This record gives sequence, C-alpha cells and structure tokens, in this order.
Amino acid sequence: MKRVIVTFFFLTLSLFPFSSFQFESDELLLDDEEFGLEGAPPRFPEPASIPAARSSRKRHSDSDSDSKIQFSLEHAFGDSDFSPAGTFSARLKTWNHGGQTLTKLRFSRNGFTDEEKEKFKKLLQGDDFYRIRLPSNVLSPPGRDYIISSVKARCLPRDGLDEHFVIHTEGVNILAVNYGSPGSCPYPRQLKLPVKWSFNSHTVLKNSEQAPRAPIFTEEVPGGDNGEGEVVQPPERSFWAKYWMYLIPLGLIVMNAITQAMNMPEEQATGQPATQGQPATGVQRGPSAAVRRR
Amino acid sequence: MAAAVRFFILLLLFLSSLNPILSLYEDQVGLVDWHQQYIGKVKHAVFHTQKTGRKRVVVSTEENVVASLDLRHGEIFWRHVLGTKDAIDGIDIALGKYVITLSSGGSILRAWNLPDGQMVWESSLQGPKDSKTLLLVEKSSKVDKDNMVIVLGRGCLHGVSSVDGEILWKKEFDTQSLKIQQVIQPPGSDFIYVVGFSSSSLFEVYQINAKNGEELQHETAAFTGDFSQELSLVSSETLVALDAARSSLVTISLQSGKISFQQAYISHLVEGSSGPAVMLPSPVTGIFAVKINAVTVFIKVTGEGKLEVVDKTEHTTIISDALPFTEGQQAFALVQHEGNKIHLIMKLADNWGSDLLKETIEMDQQRGLVHKVFVNNYIRTDRSHGFRVLVVMEDHSLLLLQQGAVVWSREESLASIVDITTSELPLEKQGVSVAKVEHNLFEWLKGHWLKLKGTLMLASPEDVAAIQKIRLKSSEKSKMTRDHNGFRKLLIVLTRAGKLFALHTGDGRIVWSLLLPLLRYSENCQHPMGVNLYQWQVPHHHAMDENPSVLVVGKCGQSSDALGVLSFVDTYTGKVLRSFGLDHSVAQVVPLPSTDSTEQRLHLIIDADKHAHLYPKTPEAVGIFQSELSNIYGYSIEADNGIIKGHALKSKCVGKEADEYCFGTRELWSVVFPSESEKIIATVTRRPNEVVHTQAKVIVDQDVMYKYISRNLLFVATVAPKASGEIGSATPEESWLIVYLIDTVTGRILHRMSHHGSQGPVHAVFSENWVVYHYFNLRAHRYEMSVIEIYDQSRAENKDVWKLVLGKHNLTSPISSYSRPEVVTKSQSYFFTHSVKAMAVTLTAKGITSKQLLIGTIGDQVLALDKRFLDPRRTVNPTQAEKEEGIIPLTDSLPIIPQSYVTHALKVEGLRGIITVPAKLESTTLVFAHGVDLFFTQLAPSRTYDSLTEDFSYALLLLTIIALVAAIFVTWVLSERKDLQEKWR
Repeated sequence: MKRVIVTFFFLTLSLFPFSSFQFESDELLLDDEEFGLEGAPPRFPEPASIPAARSSRKRHSDSDSDSKIQFSLEHAFGDSDFSPAGTFSARLKTWNHGGQTLTKLRFSRNGFTDEEKEKFKKLLQGDDFYRIRLPSNVLSPPGRDYIISSVKARCLPRDGLDEHFVIHTEGVNILAVNYGSPGSCPYPRQLKLPVKWSFNSHTVLKNSEQAPRAPIFTEEVPGGDNGEGEVVQPPERSFWAKYWMYLIPLGLIVMNAITQAMNMPEEQATGQPATQGQPATGVQRGPSAAVRRR
Repeated sequence: MAAAVRFFILLLLFLSSLNPILSLYEDQVGLVDWHQQYIGKVKHAVFHTQKTGRKRVVVSTEENVVASLDLRHGEIFWRHVLGTKDAIDGIDIALGKYVITLSSGGSILRAWNLPDGQMVWESSLQGPKDSKTLLLVEKSSKVDKDNMVIVLGRGCLHGVSSVDGEILWKKEFDTQSLKIQQVIQPPGSDFIYVVGFSSSSLFEVYQINAKNGEELQHETAAFTGDFSQELSLVSSETLVALDAARSSLVTISLQSGKISFQQAYISHLVEGSSGPAVMLPSPVTGIFAVKINAVTVFIKVTGEGKLEVVDKTEHTTIISDALPFTEGQQAFALVQHEGNKIHLIMKLADNWGSDLLKETIEMDQQRGLVHKVFVNNYIRTDRSHGFRVLVVMEDHSLLLLQQGAVVWSREESLASIVDITTSELPLEKQGVSVAKVEHNLFEWLKGHWLKLKGTLMLASPEDVAAIQKIRLKSSEKSKMTRDHNGFRKLLIVLTRAGKLFALHTGDGRIVWSLLLPLLRYSENCQHPMGVNLYQWQVPHHHAMDENPSVLVVGKCGQSSDALGVLSFVDTYTGKVLRSFGLDHSVAQVVPLPSTDSTEQRLHLIIDADKHAHLYPKTPEAVGIFQSELSNIYGYSIEADNGIIKGHALKSKCVGKEADEYCFGTRELWSVVFPSESEKIIATVTRRPNEVVHTQAKVIVDQDVMYKYISRNLLFVATVAPKASGEIGSATPEESWLIVYLIDTVTGRILHRMSHHGSQGPVHAVFSENWVVYHYFNLRAHRYEMSVIEIYDQSRAENKDVWKLVLGKHNLTSPISSYSRPEVVTKSQSYFFTHSVKAMAVTLTAKGITSKQLLIGTIGDQVLALDKRFLDPRRTVNPTQAEKEEGIIPLTDSLPIIPQSYVTHALKVEGLRGIITVPAKLESTTLVFAHGVDLFFTQLAPSRTYDSLTEDFSYALLLLTIIALVAAIFVTWVLSERKDLQEKWR
C-alpha cells in the first residue's frame, strides 16, 4: 500500500517538469518557424515583445532580408481634416517562409506650428478630442482603412506634451493603435496649458501572445497502476463525516451524563438536608413522642 | 429545563448535519420548474384517421419538426426535431404505417413508424444540382403491392421502395436547364409525367415508367410567348400556366403525351380586371384559382381546355388541399375572413354551386389571418359526413375546427422566440388579504399533517401523491402579485410571428398575448419583423398606480436601411399604448442609464447613416441627454468588413435641420482586422444590469487582487477566414483563433491572445472581470473552454492598512478610460466534452452569490458548471491555503456531473438561448431556456443560504414549540406540587 503511494508520488514528481515544459511551448514554435516550409502561408509572428525578438533573431538576420520602411502619423484637431504630424520608421523583417514582421520602431514627431498650437489650445478649452491616424497596412498605405485613435486633449499636457502609442501589429498590418497619455488622466479634467510645446513620445509595438495550452495529464494514469491506485485511494472524508452517527449519540450520552452529574450534586445537596432533616424530624418527633408519652 | 436544552441542542445538531443538496429529488420535479413543448408553424399536415386506432395528424413545421398530434386534444404523440439545416420539404404517409419525410433540399428521405415515431429507414439521394423538390407516394388500394415513393430532388427523379428505402431507380434528365415543375401520376396508370420548362418558352414532358424509371416518351413544345414559371395542375392531363406578362392563361393538355397549348386572356375571362395575376396553389381537380389584385377568381376547366369563371370574391380566401371524398369525388374547403369571424365553406370539386357545409366561427383577433387550411372528414353519429379542418393562423398558432367551434389550439409561435425581457408583477393591493385565498383551517391542518407524515417517512404512497398535489396546487407560485422573494415575474416574449406574450414564471401560463399591429403585413411595411424588446418604463415611485411598459423595436424588411417601427406595450394589460413607424432605419438600440421624470428610460436609436435619435421625444429628455452628451460613447461592429469603430456624439445632425432629437456621430477610434488573416465570429459584452458586489478579491495569505471592472469592455473573437467554415474544413496549421478585450470608449486593446490550431464556432460569456469562451481545438481534436480574468494593477498598492487609515488610497477616485490602464490578465484552458449551443451565466440581485455557467449542450440540455472550475489560478497541487480558498486541483478537462443538469431529465428541443434573471432573494436566480421548447427553473448556485427550503416543516417546528411549552408547564406544575408535598411532609 505504502509502496504504491510512494511510486505514485514519484511519478507525479517526474511528470511535473514535463508538464510545465508543455505549458510554455514557446520554443516549439520557434523551431516551427525556423524550419518553416518555403512558400508556406504566412504564420503568426512570435508572441515575444520586440527586444526579445531582436535578441533571439540576431543570428538569423543574415539569412532573412531586412528592409526599412516608413509610414506617417497624421493628426486632426476636433473635427478638422487630418494633416501629417510625424513619421514612424521601422525595419521590416522578411522570414524564409514568407512571413513579415515589423521591428525596431522609431518615431520622429513634427513640432506643432503656431497655427496648430492655436488649434490645440482651442481643443484644451473645449475639452475636445485630439485625433491621430495610421495606415492599416504599412506596405501599401492606407491599406483597407485608416486606424484612428483619439484622446481628450486635456490628457496630454504635463510639462511638455506626453504621449504614448501602443501599436498592435499583425505582420505588416496594423490592427489598432492605443493613443493616450502615459500616465493617468483623472476625470474632472483640468485645463492646463503645456509649459513646453514639445512632444515627449513613447512607442510600444505589440504582437499577439500565445494562449496557454490546456494541460494534458494523459501520462498520469499509466495502465496497470490505475486500477490499484483507485483501490488504494478511497475518497477522503473528514472525521466528522465518517463518524457522525456515532458521535451524536456519544455526545448525547456525555451530555446526559453531565446533566446527571450536575443534577447529582444538586440532589445530593438537596438530599443531604433531607438526610439531615431525617434525624431532625426524628429529633423533633422524639420530643413529641416523649411529650405524648408524658 | 435540562430536557429543553438537550432538545434544542439536538435540533441544532440535526439542522447542521442536514447536507444541502445540489440536485433534485424525484418528487421535487415541477415544483419550481416548468417545461412546455411546441412544434413551430405547421407547413404540411397529413391526417391519419383509420377506423381503428387513435386519430392523429402528422405535421411538419418551419422549425424542422416532424410530429404526430392527437386529433382529439392536440397533444404531441411523438416528435422529432431535425437539425437546423435539415429543412423539411414534404411529408406523406406510405403503406398506412410509415411517415415519409423529404428534407435537406430533397436529399434525405426518411421513414418513421407512425404509431411510435421510430425511424424505420433513411436514404440519401444524390444529384447534381438544386431543384424543386416533390414527394409523391403511390396510393394504391392493393395492399400486397410494394408501393413506391417517387422523389424529385437535386434535379433527379428517384424511385424508392417504401418498405426498406432502397433506391430502385434513378432518372437523370439530359437537358441541363430543365426546371421541373410537376410530377404527375394519372390514377391507375403505371407511368408518370414529368413536366417542366427548359427555357422561358420551351415546355417539356417526359413520360416515365414508374416501375423502373425508363423513359417512355419525351416531348418538347415551344410556346409563342414566355411563361412566368407558374404552373397549376388541374387534372392529371391538363395544366394551366401563366405567361410572363401575367395577363393570360395558357392551358396545356397532355393527350397521350402530345402537348397542345391554348391561350386565354384574363381580361376576356374576368370583366374589369387589371393588373398582374398570381396563381394560387390549388390541388383540386378541374378548378384553379387566380388572384388579381385583391380579387380571387375561381376558374373551372371544362372539356377541350375551355375556361369558365365560377366564382369571384374580394375576401381573403384560403383554399385547402383536396380531400378524396366518396367515389371519385373530391371535396375542399374555403376559408374566408369577415371581421373577426371566419367562414368555412366545404364544396365538392365538380359542383361549385352547392355547399356541403357552411360554418361561421368567431376568431380571436389576436390570431390574425388564416394562412393554411388542411381538411379531413369523419362519419358522424347519424352516418352523414362531417368535416374538420386544421387551420394555421398568422400568429403561427394551430387550431382544429369542428362543428363551428375551436376544439383545441396550440400557441406555436412560442417555438420561435426572438427576444425576452421581464416585468415585475403588480404589488399586492391592500384589502385583499392572502389569508382569504388560503383554504379553511381544517384543510390547512390536514395539509401540514400530511407534510409531517412525509417528513417522518410514515406516508403511504397515496399520501405522497396527495402531498405532491398540494405542493403543485399551492397557488402561492402562480399568484398574480409580486412576492417577497421576487420569484414571480412576467416573462415578456417577442416571437417571430410578431406576437408578444406574457408568461407567468410560476407555472408558465400565458397571461396575455398580443399580435402587434405594426408587425403585421401592410402596404408600407411589406416584411415586418420584430427585433428587440426593451424595458421602457419601470415605475418605482408610483408603483401602485402606474403600470410598467416595454418597447418593441421592429423593422420593415431584412435590409439594413429598412425603416423601423416602435410599439409601447403595457405589461400588465397587454395593450398597445402607442405605436408608430419611424422615418429612419434601426441599426442599434442603446438603452441609456438615465430616466426622465415619469421614469421612462431614455433610448438612443442609431440608424444606418450613423445618426442617433433620442426617444422619448420630449424636451425634458433632450435636457437630460444634453447634460450627459459629452460622456456618451458608442461603438459599431462591421463583422463582414472586419472593422470595429468607436463613436462619440455631436450636438447636431448633419444634413437634418430642426430635428432636436437627432444627433450626429463622429468617429473616435477604429480597429481594422486584416481581412486575409482574421474574421470576426463572436463579440460579447457584459450584461448591462449585472451587479458586482466587490471589486476586491482576497487570495491566499490575506493578499488582495482588484478586479478590473469596466462596463465598456468588449470581447471579440476572430478566426482565420479559411477556418471560418465547418470543423474539419481547415488544417490545424492554417487555422487560428485570436481573442481580444477592447475598451469601447478609447478603443484600447487591453488583451490580445492567439490560440493556434483552433477554430470556431465560439460561444462566450462575459461577467464581472472574466470571459469564458468555448471553441474547437483541431490539434487535440477536442472542444476547449478558456477563461480570461483581468485584474487592475493600479489599485494593487492599496493593500497597506495604514494607507487606508490615513486616506492615502486611490479607491475613491473616479476611474477614467483615458488613463492608461495597468492590467494583468490570467488565462487557462481546459478540455470540454460537449459542443455548445448557447452559454449564459447566473445573475443574482447583489452579485454576492458565486457564479455558475449555464451551458446549453448539443443534447438540448442545460448544464450548470461552477465558475470555480474555470479559475485561472488552479494548479496541479494547490497549497493548503489555496485549498481553503476554494481552489480546485487542476485537471485537463472540465467535469460533467450528471446531477448538475438543471433540466434534469427533460430536453429543451432546438435550444437557442438561455436567459438568467435575478430574483430578489440574493441566493436565487431564475433561468429561462428557449428553443422549440421552453423551460424555466430557479437556481441557487451557492444553495439557498438565505431562506428555508420549500419543504421545511413549519408544523413540526410549531408542534415542538407547543410541546416544549406544554412540557415546561407540566414540569412546573409537577415541581410545584412536589415542593408542596415536601413542605407538608
């Protein structure tokens, strides 16, 4: 019995590293990509963030062709038309199997012209939206449609104008851009003009991450031990659940005994006066009898 | 005294040892749940009224149900729900014992045993193309003959043995463009005619041997004009067609296979008629009907193709199928409307002048027009002929009429529910005491005595039956007033027929029904359809004397720019308060959180041009709305295009002047999914009325995590376009599923995750801060369910008690979507055995009770699965602390416990949706599952911790208290007496 339990335990221990390997199957996917078939359909980019991608891809960069591309950021004040506001430049990495990914994103922001400053001030006063847009495909802009994002203008000014881009990409396509202030923008938005009219931009490129796989425990029940193991491990029940039918009567008996015991001294207490009373009556009777005798 | 203490402790022990149960006992079925069976709108009906045996009618419906109904009471003998794509094309009875059904566009032929509905055989018929489908069962008087079923389907003619379904012969036609219109078998002959058009003017006739499918003769004839492809069979060798201009009738006669045409202009036949004619289907020999504008004209074909008008009527007339009557005679029924009465007229085919029967029947206005009539005859007690008709109404209901009365009716529109909302019942008015409704004291005592016997297991079977009866009869649950626990409500249900029903949650009875006038066919609104139901007015301040109302939104036609219609209906009386057509389309309806002074909820209707229209149209509503204008955001999903857009509102409509209730929209953000790699297949949001009890979640070691709770989260699932079809149509390498959590105010993607080798269909539920979704994993060949939980990190620093004490926390600061969210997500996947038809989550009044997922399985049952099984923090070996927290050890698949089916042994055939409604009692939620059937029950996901169970014996409690009091008195008296004796001694 004990031996079986021990082996079982040992088995789970030995399994554990393996199953945890299966959880993070990142490496498997890398292999997949490395030996991807020529002309295979475009695959998903690996889910790691850009710095990681760079480091892991460095040695392959000779075989994969890189090209530099640029795409422009456009902005609009309120409902006005869009006008150029800056340029993103990135490296387009083409993989052997035909997939393409964007890396090394750089951003150069054009400063506001005086006219734009005026417009922006107007936005700040009206608590209106400052809108930006990007092409949805970097190779053939604008792609199917522009990706638009907007923020309340009052969220941007700190010392300068702080902005934060999160660009969600999928190959050469841009899915969405999240634009806003890098920190918080508490609700009653205060009117505050920026001290410097210069942009302080942060950009992040994001790819899809891989979902954790469902755990597979098929190895845990190897044929022979299975039946025995089931016999060995009856469903664990608590002490109370197992023995309540004995415990309740026991408790009752104990309780009975206690109340009895509590009554006992009481009875004794009442009994003793009674016994004391007996002689007393006897004593009393005695004289009365004696009186009668008299 | 000691005895009392002992008893009390004993009682406590007894109560604490009572293990609360998860499942039902057999005798509890039907106490809080109800189940109703429907079949849908009837398409075809075949009577089976042999002298012996029970009278029954076999029907096929638009919900793809084939069913056998009792002709006397309308009950279902048996019923089969075919798949959603397996539409029934025709039914008939063969050999007097098999029901033959043709389905799936004429490619599947099945035979069902008539008495019990067992499937006898099934044949699949192959063919090159889609075509008209026809089912023809040979009717021969000889019993020993192997009757054949002749099927036209997929462009071929098949001869199938009706005994075992063997395909005896198959006939393909040479002409590719041939469109077969009719298959005719002249009575008593061994050949069949197949007639059709191969071009607009070319008419073809094939004569085929019915025994072996050999082609005997093939004739083609060209008509000088064009045909409109409408053809009516008059007799076995005469057909009547309409020409393309719909102005003349062409009589086609097939004298021994030879075709001859004869043209007659309608304007010559019918004086003063103008406009295009429409053929009405008429299977009666010698007579056909043509509808010109609103006038129905009956035309008789005499010898040599002469046409003769026999009758004209301006009433809406429905013609039944032909009924073989006495020797060689055919009878048929005509149904005409006049006000709220219908006239039923039976006629013989060759004697138009006299009526066999003429009856007038009062009809409920809420049933609308007659759509279909099926006629059947019987022998009366005086040996004369009687007739009964099965009528399908505009509201999809099915009625049997006999002797001028409605014998039974079935509300079949409940089989096709479009949308559901709930309404509270009226408050109990003072003066009407509940006690009056109760029975007299003796009955009450008797009931409790029986209950007591039941609890002490002394009851005999009769007593058990009596207890059950009392329980079911206890009028408490079906009363028409609001109850303290909030179990009694009205379910307001909108059906595809445009009929609105109020169902009582207590027993499922129909409180009122209403065929919405605006959702009926009219000149302005040709194809009206109901879309959604919203709670319009829920009075709280004047709940005693104001009735709540619902808003019904419909539109005229399928297209996105079809004009909308609105109706406001009182939920207590079922009367239309107001209704009007809109001058704009309805793309989206947004109920706003604010209400006006009469407690009407503000609704925003977005039309196809992205204009927002505010309802109710009052200056007050505009005032309320203007103050909130800058904080109202919307989003639109263009699923075909793969674009999601966010909008804000502008104060004026562009291009529309002087409409102060119209607001323009501006685009704030957009997410464009690459069309070559992603296709939107599912989007889910949180229920707007969901209540979350606490934002904090205490985890192991008294640590706290803060749920990211936002009403503006949208869950989107996309798949590879290649893998958007059926499972198995794509390889694992070329299929993927990507899920997104998007903030709908800013368009921020909060989480994005891909499942490789997985594909849809995706079913998802979103509640509090988690999403659970179900999909297929192609690599593992199994269904999977995944959970994503999203937590707010910006509040994570508030764990310090000192910060809370000193007020240096940010818990009370308002949350803005424009702040950059700091969120973490946790996710985990599990295998799940079933495929899923619908998914929902339990909803309780305060959100304290733990959640259960309600999964509509492929077997049309509803399974309750504890949310704890879908906790991303599950690990293989949870620590002791985690176990105490309630974390279940990780397993690879989710368990399916047979007791946790909330539908217990019942099936909700054709399950389409599950709705949960919170009761007032926190522990309990009301569940309504609908499909072809309806099912309602109450659920307590954490058991009823806040109330005593229904079968708690108050009598026992009362008796024990009385006994205790009596015992106290007796012992007191005894001890007094003893004391006295002691003193006297």
